[in-house]
Amino acid sequence: MIPRLTNALEFQSQALVLRAERQRVIAGNIANADTPGFKARDFDFATALRNATAGSVGNNSAGGPGAGLGTGIARDVMTPGGRSQPALNYAQPQQTQLDNNTVDMDRERGAFVDNAVKFEATLRFINGSVRTLQEAMKSANQS
Amino acid sequence: MSMFRIFDVAGSAVSAQSQRLNVVASNLANADTVAGPDGSAYKARQVVFQTTLLGTTGHREATAGVRVSTISEDNTPGRRVHDPKHPSADADGYVTYSNVNAVEEMVNMMSASRSYQNNIEVMSTARSLLLKTLQIGQN
Repeated sequence: MIPRLTNALEFQSQALVLRAERQRVIAGNIANADTPGFKARDFDFATALRNATAGSVGNNSAGGPGAGLGTGIARDVMTPGGRSQPALNYAQPQQTQLDNNTVDMDRERGAFVDNAVKFEATLRFINGSVRTLQEAMKSANQS
Repeated sequence: MSMFRIFDVAGSAVSAQSQRLNVVASNLANADTVAGPDGSAYKARQVVFQTTLLGTTGHREATAGVRVSTISEDNTPGRRVHDPKHPSADADGYVTYSNVNAVEEMVNMMSASRSYQNNIEVMSTARSLLLKTLQIGQN
């Protein structure tokens, strides 16, 4: 019963952690926009999320309602904070620069804003799930 | 929580950019100074940025801050102007001015100020995201 309640939350929290991680990587790129020889880094969010939720309860909740109930909950409990690290890739520069810096400021700003909006969206999904659960508990108590 | 690292990263960049602005200001202030009694005029200075990894856990290369590694001096010879009446003129009547290029410095200043603004923007975005994260499940 409990895994069923927290399945959706578990998946969204993985997404939130990865969004925070990506925000940090992009902040590093923006900070090093003027550093000679710096190579811009980034990771593919979809792949990272698929890897992070593979075999855990979060993946099952995405797969459909009721799929694989009660499996994999121990994994996250056993390894707090032991979430998989996304593999960082190197950005391909649109234009090469004389100082070998591959930070494209327009791209980074776009990615930063995009990631911030999606981070907020994930927060709203979590808040929505929490509110749904609270409503469900409330009506049971009132009737 | 990895998002708190954003403040370290952006903060390091803000501090590095402000140091760059400092050097630009010093260059511009000395754009018209002449050679002192030792015969050497002010030399334009440039900051050299270097990536510094701030992360302690997980991907260390993901938290790439920046710091000023060295401040290099421009060794091109300064401007020499023939002005025998000048108190700092040498035996041939030439006065040596500093080798600061004012146009270059202005471009440098704009670049530094834009980068500064970018990093402040990063910090304020991270701040608002963190504040919203604090309010999870409260509404």
